[in-house]
Amino acid sequence: MLEIKDLHASIEDMQILKGLNLTVNPGEVHAIMGPNGSGKSTLASVLAGREDYEVTNGSISFMGEDLLEMEPDERALAGIFLAFQYPVELPGVSMSNFLKQAINAKREHLGQDPITAAEFMKLMKEKAELVHLNPDLKRRSVNEGFSGGEKKRNEIFQMALLEPQLAILDETDSGLDIDALRIVSDGVNQLRSADRGFVVITHYQRLLDYIVPDIVHVLLDGRIVRSGDKDLALQLEEKGYDWIKDDVLV
Amino acid sequence: MTTIESPHRVEDRISELYSMLDGHTLNGNSAALKNLRKKAIEAFAAQGLPTRKTEAWKYTPVEKKLSVDHTVYHENRPLPLSKEEAHAFLVPGIDAYLAVTVNGKYIAELSNIEGLPNGTVFTPIDQASGSLGDLLVSRLDTQSDSSKSPFVALNTAFLKDGLVLHVPAKVHVDKPIYVLHLFDTDAHTIVQPRMLCVAERESEVTLIEQYVSLNEASHFINVVSEWAVSQQATFKHYQIQDLNTASTAVFNQYAYQEQHSYFATHTSTLKGGLIRNNLEIVPDAEECESHLLGFLLGSGTMHVDNHTLVDHKKPNCFSNELYKNILDDQSTGVFNGKVFVHQDAQKINAYQSNKSITLTNKARMYSKPELEIYADDVRCSHGATTGQLDAEALFYLRSRGLSQKQARSILLKAFAHDVIDAIEFEPLRDYVDSRLLESL
Ligand SMILES: Nc1ncnc2c1ncn2[C@@H]1O[C@H](COP(=O)(O)OP(=O)(O)OP(=O)(O)O)[C@@H](O)[C@H]1O
Ligand SMILES: [Mg+2]
Repeated sequence: MLEIKDLHASIEDMQILKGLNLTVNPGEVHAIMGPNGSGKSTLASVLAGREDYEVTNGSISFMGEDLLEMEPDERALAGIFLAFQYPVELPGVSMSNFLKQAINAKREHLGQDPITAAEFMKLMKEKAELVHLNPDLKRRSVNEGFSGGEKKRNEIFQMALLEPQLAILDETDSGLDIDALRIVSDGVNQLRSADRGFVVITHYQRLLDYIVPDIVHVLLDGRIVRSGDKDLALQLEEKGYDWIKDDVLV
Repeated sequence: MTTIESPHRVEDRISELYSMLDGHTLNGNSAALKNLRKKAIEAFAAQGLPTRKTEAWKYTPVEKKLSVDHTVYHENRPLPLSKEEAHAFLVPGIDAYLAVTVNGKYIAELSNIEGLPNGTVFTPIDQASGSLGDLLVSRLDTQSDSSKSPFVALNTAFLKDGLVLHVPAKVHVDKPIYVLHLFDTDAHTIVQPRMLCVAERESEVTLIEQYVSLNEASHFINVVSEWAVSQQATFKHYQIQDLNTASTAVFNQYAYQEQHSYFATHTSTLKGGLIRNNLEIVPDAEECESHLLGFLLGSGTMHVDNHTLVDHKKPNCFSNELYKNILDDQSTGVFNGKVFVHQDAQKINAYQSNKSITLTNKARMYSKPELEIYADDVRCSHGATTGQLDAEALFYLRSRGLSQKQARSILLKAFAHDVIDAIEFEPLRDYVDSRLLESL
């Protein structure tokens, strides 16, 4: 469903991604690990369409379409969802207004009628339970004053509401306590299906105990330099990245 | 050395017009009014119009908007529109006592103020009769002051039409009084609406005003409003400024508060050319509460200057000022908010906030809060920020499938929501909201 070829991307004339290749098929969970600053969030941002990044080379096709030609909202409507590493606070924007508009944007795209108030309430309740989201949060402004963990749960909550084709989770596990980690992982696992893909960016092998990946990639200096099964994550946990760096140099 | 006679100054032109009209068109009013006008034209001549060098007008070149070709509106044109057409301008859904003015003159055929409660008087100044009439005329220009403002002087010098509202003690006016001011002039015409409102002790009244241009002519609108809020009275004021882009408008508005009174004014500036709002509040007794709010939706080359003063003279008062500006295209916003706390005015709580968003790099905002505090036991705060729409926030919203337009509208609504939500009438609030959405 997602095919990234030789992707080069830069920000402010600094080359961050330097020839990245990645293919995600429906139903697969891909984990991406890599040191700080290696370009993981950059990849996530480029996929979601953040305008600060300039793609200087390469291509991305998503479900047969040229993703790079699409606006961020078109990508979202086509089924891409990014759970942000640092979700943005939106003071004065109520959760319910925001979520309703997002759901209706998707419904309109699918040629469906806007959601009714009753359906919306029901859906919110159901999905909030899935990620054990504190019901009070639904009455607040989006992410405003949310704790770090609450913000991350809110990302998964939105993912559950919008049911994307491809979800990119950028360090959704950072800042979560053990219980929350399990809850968020359960939420993700319930959404796993044969036609849905996941790209899970993380620094910690323990997340992958809960969300078991099909493939683990190592992103180093703007490129995927190694891919393997979940054991690769265990090796990284044990040995760090240096041995791979050395390997790559050789 | 020979000197070529310089062309008329605008000030001379105005004095000429005064001589021409006083005793003719301006006839028919009381001697008191005539005297007031005479003093005002002298005060106008003595002050002259502000120039580039006048500190209080530094960012707002009003002098360029008046020329020797200007005339003061005095003829009575035939009504340019039917009742139905006039009412089409009203914000729908507001149940109110309705008054319509055209070029500052009250038009009974277009109005419906039937049923005002218990002795409440709402009438053109020249029809206020008897002792109440004398009282009202005697109160004209007591809150405003022709000797301190050339625009007040200009308005007062030609004072003839205009409205007075008198709410007797303890009367609660059950519905808002809604005044629709329509402007239909030739180019270069000065139009000068005038209103005096007196809310006697323990009375309550809400006034809604809407200023609308009927054509695209370059009218120069010079408004003077005086609001006297007596002991324990409540006076709420909302206004919508919706003028053509060739127009200039100077609003000179003054509130005077007695003990334990409540005053609130809320201005939504939606369209216009150059607009200057001079607003002065004098809480001249203890336990007064004052609210000054403003929402500006700047577009095109609009230039809007909010110039406010809260003059705390007595202790134990509360004032709150909130101005929010959205500036698109090449529009310019100016905010100059002064809070003055006199030495004896202890235990004042005075808050002021001015926040602006510029949507383009050609939009401009000049913000200057001024606190002058001579009492020591006061709580005052002020804050002024100007920024752009948060790119991170826009991206976050768009990444959830919302279009650029939807995302902008959500963020701008979030930005303006407190000042718009402060409008207590739902239809009016919805109207301002809808104008914001339309503008995107
Ligand atoms: N706006 C920016 N301006 C300049 N450099 C940037 C900008 N955004 C990112 N970078 C740089 O790009 C590089 C890659 O950043 P990125 O956020 O993709 O790393 P990451 O792999 O997600 O790291 P982490 O594990 O710390 O989240 C870093 O060196 C970062 O400093
Ligand atoms: Mg990152």
